[in-house]
Amino acid sequence: MSGQAFVDQLKQKFGDKITGANLENVDPWIEVTPDGIVDVCQYLRDEPSLAFDYLNSVTAVDYLHTDEKKAAKSEWQPHLEVVYHLFSMQHKHSLVLKVMLPRWQNEEVGKLPQLATVSHIWQTADWHERELYDLLGVEFIDHPNLRRILCPEDWVGHPLRKDYEMPLEYHGIRGR
Amino acid sequence: MTATIDDPRVIEFDVRTDEMLVNMGPQHPSTHGVLRLVLRTDGEIVSEVTPHIGYLHRCAEKIGENLTPRQWIPYTDRMDYLAGMNMNLGWSLAVEKLMKYEPPEKGRHLRVIISEMGRIASHLVGMGAYGLDLGTFSPFLYAFREREKILDLFEEACGARLTYSYLTVGGATADLPPGWLHKCSAFLDQFEPLIAEYHTLLTTNAIFVKRAAGIGIMSPEMAIDYGTSGPVLRGSGVDHDLRRDGEEIYTAMYDGYAFEVIVEKNGHYPKDHIYPQIPSEAVLGDCWHRFYVRMLEVIQAIDLVRQGIEYYSTATGSYGEPVKLNQKLPVGEAYLETEAPRGQMGFYLVSDGSPIPWRVRARSSSFCNLSVTGPLCAGCLIADVPAIVGSLDIVMGEIDR
Repeated sequence: MSGQAFVDQLKQKFGDKITGANLENVDPWIEVTPDGIVDVCQYLRDEPSLAFDYLNSVTAVDYLHTDEKKAAKSEWQPHLEVVYHLFSMQHKHSLVLKVMLPRWQNEEVGKLPQLATVSHIWQTADWHERELYDLLGVEFIDHPNLRRILCPEDWVGHPLRKDYEMPLEYHGIRGR
Repeated sequence: MTATIDDPRVIEFDVRTDEMLVNMGPQHPSTHGVLRLVLRTDGEIVSEVTPHIGYLHRCAEKIGENLTPRQWIPYTDRMDYLAGMNMNLGWSLAVEKLMKYEPPEKGRHLRVIISEMGRIASHLVGMGAYGLDLGTFSPFLYAFREREKILDLFEEACGARLTYSYLTVGGATADLPPGWLHKCSAFLDQFEPLIAEYHTLLTTNAIFVKRAAGIGIMSPEMAIDYGTSGPVLRGSGVDHDLRRDGEEIYTAMYDGYAFEVIVEKNGHYPKDHIYPQIPSEAVLGDCWHRFYVRMLEVIQAIDLVRQGIEYYSTATGSYGEPVKLNQKLPVGEAYLETEAPRGQMGFYLVSDGSPIPWRVRARSSSFCNLSVTGPLCAGCLIADVPAIVGSLDIVMGEIDR
């Protein structure tokens, strides 16, 4: 199945929950609204003609220019993109989903953006979402065990955010 | 009723066992690096295992956002330090996918030879270390004896023994030195008959079969659900190998190569007739099968290297010069998974058009493989925990990144 066929099928099923697609990129992607992601994922896995039973990875990209001059020229507003890479063992086809999130919930700095978990659909998402929470600061609602996974539990901040600053010290260990 | 000492069995029944938390690691000898497992035990039975990871975390992805792709190659060797060549290859291919670059014919065969040799070296460590986990030391020495020769060959090709940075974006940093192919095939000829020795030492060894067969059974559905890959996935009977089923840019590397995916079909593995039969205690998806898939993949890799040597020696042209260090990347993003010895190693990069990627991500195969330890170990004996974790053949450098 090709990119356009996926978009058509999903648009027919979910309508305006599919907000866009980029088919020119080397890996075409489909954009889904934050409130539609669980339904779309459930459908993608359960529909026999799609059968996306394997989740390769869940990750996110932080879009923020820390340099003011670059920010003024930039084409996009600061935001977070959560990226899902799916694969079907049966049909051997793959798909990329994207969800756009604000960097902070309601523009309140420090309040993490929220997204529904897909860990009940694919177990892989359990650890991947924990890693995402740890390194990029996305809070997954209804996740069974949302704790930091790579950083220590008392770590402050989310290191893969573009505006993250290394702490000066951690338990007597010098940073920076 | 009060117990009397006359009947010893009564006392046995009267023993109260309390739930106890046992901490395994992070410096436990059988955890393949700094992995900490917290076991909730009731006597000898483990009811829950919680892995704690991150002791080697250095946020390599953040470092990647400050370096050009070729500069990040050395960081990829240090992830899976037992299969550095395969990691270099995975990252190089992901960048080449974004750049829409196709390596020359000779470079393609060079990559097959090198990455399959890397697979042999990695599976040898996997085998030896698994023996150590189960309490036998000698297979480890046998495995390292042969691995040493592969490392010598790698050293001759690129100067390093572990952290190679040899395969790179565009091809490789240098061509194979003169006479290398001859030494390589001499090694394969000498190495192939020794595999029977490993099978006597471990695969069919009665104690080994008792320790590994029928333990840690994972169904194919569970293997897919948890995103496991590589020998762990194929050991559960899922017919999936990226060298055959992967994306075109990766499968094109193996164009013209004849090989069969190592997976059980109707009670048989490809080429298992050369080796002893599957013991009756073994159940598909258990530790023994995961181990056996690795052993057969060594033979498969020998075969592929031999074919590669033949292709390479007749190929003409360049081996693939590396791209410029500050080569600008096209705007866009690419994700590519390759079949590393431990499973599907994925690399994702996002570029805004500058030479330095905007975002770099490594999807670790061992990370997903380790996530099944909890459900796999529930209900097993404490002594089986190292047997199960060892059969997943994890490398912590790759999990923690």
